[in-house]
Amino acid sequence: MVALRAGALGSVEADVGPRPSDLTVRLGRPGDLPAAAAVLVGSHAMALATVVATDETTTPDHDLKVRYVFEPTTPGTPDRFVTLLVSVDSARPEVPSLTTAVPAANWHEREMQDLFGIVPVGHPDPRPLVVHDGWPQGVFPLRKAFDASRRVPVQPAAEFPHLVAEGEGVFEIPVGPIHAGIIEPGHFRFTSVGETVLNLEARLFYTHRGLEKRMEGLLPLDAFYVAERICGVCSVAHGLGYCEALEQIAGVDAPPRARLIRSIALELERLYNHVGDVGNICAGAAFHYGTTTGMRLKERLQQLNERVAGNRFLRGLVIPGGVRLDLPADLLGVIAATLQDTLAGLDSLMARIEANPSVVDRLDDTGVLQHQAALDLAVAGVAARASGVDRDARREHPHAAFAGPEPPDLHVVTASDGDAMARVNVRALEARESIRLVGELVRRLLPGPLGVALPEPLPGGRIGISAIESPRGEAVHWLRTDASGRVERYHLRSPSYHNWPAVVLAAQTAIVPDFPLVNKSFELCYSCTDR
Amino acid sequence: MLRILLNAFHTGVVTTRYPAEPSVPPDRFRGLPVLRPGSHLPPPSVCPTGALSEHIDGGRRHVGLDVARCVFCGRCAEDPWAGAITMGRDFELAARCRDDLRIEVVADDPAVPAAGPASDPAAEAAHASSEIHRVLGRSLHLRHIDAGSCNACDWELTALLNPVYDVRRLGIDFVASPRHADGVVVTGSVTRNLETAVRRTLEAIPDPRVVIAVGACAASGGIVGESYASAGGVDRVLPVDVYIPGCPPRPEAIIFGILVAVGRLDARRPHRPHRATTTGSST
Repeated sequence: MVALRAGALGSVEADVGPRPSDLTVRLGRPGDLPAAAAVLVGSHAMALATVVATDETTTPDHDLKVRYVFEPTTPGTPDRFVTLLVSVDSARPEVPSLTTAVPAANWHEREMQDLFGIVPVGHPDPRPLVVHDGWPQGVFPLRKAFDASRRVPVQPAAEFPHLVAEGEGVFEIPVGPIHAGIIEPGHFRFTSVGETVLNLEARLFYTHRGLEKRMEGLLPLDAFYVAERICGVCSVAHGLGYCEALEQIAGVDAPPRARLIRSIALELERLYNHVGDVGNICAGAAFHYGTTTGMRLKERLQQLNERVAGNRFLRGLVIPGGVRLDLPADLLGVIAATLQDTLAGLDSLMARIEANPSVVDRLDDTGVLQHQAALDLAVAGVAARASGVDRDARREHPHAAFAGPEPPDLHVVTASDGDAMARVNVRALEARESIRLVGELVRRLLPGPLGVALPEPLPGGRIGISAIESPRGEAVHWLRTDASGRVERYHLRSPSYHNWPAVVLAAQTAIVPDFPLVNKSFELCYSCTDR
Repeated sequence: MLRILLNAFHTGVVTTRYPAEPSVPPDRFRGLPVLRPGSHLPPPSVCPTGALSEHIDGGRRHVGLDVARCVFCGRCAEDPWAGAITMGRDFELAARCRDDLRIEVVADDPAVPAAGPASDPAAEAAHASSEIHRVLGRSLHLRHIDAGSCNACDWELTALLNPVYDVRRLGIDFVASPRHADGVVVTGSVTRNLETAVRRTLEAIPDPRVVIAVGACAASGGIVGESYASAGGVDRVLPVDVYIPGCPPRPEAIIFGILVAVGRLDARRPHRPHRATTTGSST
């Protein structure tokens, strides 16, 4: 606080919140933002966790607000979010851009410009991000005055503005948004000379479904079903993140048995993702035995999901207040047997990959993400840990079973090379750790209730914040209720949101034919980035 | 290499025999909700996607379920409505006509028969012998379009190519170019940012072609609905031949839907009654 005060010219007020361990610092003037952020990032080794804009023009404050949420990066630091809160004049909605000093702020600032009309002054690349060609100027869909059901006419517009290189032998390769395989939509524009990538630009947000707006005004218990469906392959993680934020607002804790089952579900989700991803990387290296083996192992795990939750993506297991389904002894036996087989299958698959020089050669030194770049971009999950960033939200922001007084042991896997091989190895080791962890969680299961009731209506005007280690890394959820206890604003910052710029950076060190390998080794979601 | 061959031999055949043999989902699987006429059916507000509706007709309360909109969350089948709605295990729900996915029951009289739309066997037969069936009935090459899905339906389409479902054994495959395709499988509610790409992909496919909407979002808008960012379902943008409900539909449900699309199911399986009736089935 002292350091923040020293750096700021305007008034600085600090309050505890949203959680008792957190701090919210109100900056008297938006102009103080860069100095305050520099103190948090520089002196306190904090990283940007999320940025949440809100439209409060219909409240007594009559303003727009932006909350820049930071988190500690040093392992072992207590779980704490520090929010820098600035009030923005709705008649002149401008804030100074942090992107040059805090590169992780890049997309957050472009997104709030598109959806709220808040201009990040001095942003080095202020092109539209979320809204695409033909979106009319001056229409901001996340402003409260914008009617959510309104269809907006398409305006004539120029094609995707991007950096153009010219010269002998320089050509552009446009890829997507509809791809040759069965994958999510994104557009990649390579500028290359032969196989060498000169520049790569990724254009995402094709799957922007307006889900945050969709949730506004709903009863929080109804909005849960939207949160659970933001992303198919992160259904447990995102459903849980929403639940934990909501439970904070409601002032309730899920009972111990429910928390253990939630953690088991999170590990089952991580497992089918990671095992499938190890197989998928083989597709990029034309090692079909590996691809097919990975698909077979993943299928077995998804069939297990269906037995556990009635849904192959584990939807319908986690609900606000606890879990909806118990894990009886016979099902625990099925889980244990399936995971033992998975472990043997995964070990065998990794042995075949490691024994295959043509696969290893493609992965080694391919798509290197430097340690410092991973820190600057606040990269999350496997991608960060493979570049030597020792961070895992299960330890940094304890949730589900880890939130109890005696959290289970967790071995956080890291590697230092930062290449595709390192990411595959980290993933395989994490899958093994998940299998071990499920065993430990099951041993801790004691009889008890599966859930608690949430008060109705829910308390108004409260904020909940949670961070969940999803298969792709830390996802940060921010939820606030309005005066009547309905959803006033919900925002998800998925791990992929911070990791996509890192894919572009890593791919620029590779050749064009290696892009699929680089991309698959990061294995990011489009749908939870685009929302 | 020898190691790989030995592993493959040790693994053996893992491929399902569906659809020649039925697939039985596990006990907890949530399939088609079964509405019990004359029971205390829940108010529409319990459904997060608006799949439930109600109206009064002749003094009686009618409750409707739009299966295309259902995300199979099971909320309407929880207390205090557990006796009125149960989550059945029927997953073979694909239909050629959107209206065939609407179920209606009378809430306060068990004696009144269902007012569900009757399927028209003559129309079904006519469709099965149509141009599409004639040209494409033997095998089907499909292009996938993600029109803004959450990726769950996409993963289930990918699963169709794994060794367990292996749809190539049924003459079905996914191709890279729309020029090589006989039709499209579309996932997602069609976002504003993808609408142009979706239209252009279909235009690139030679006629005759089939359009299969996979999952609740594609079939009806699902949990996403209609908004500034979403068209609210594939049939708002393209003519749809088959709707496959589910969130997401399990792989066998997608296989069923693709076979419905080319009218090839009757040859492989005994005829089953259409399910858009009062009680549905809870096999």
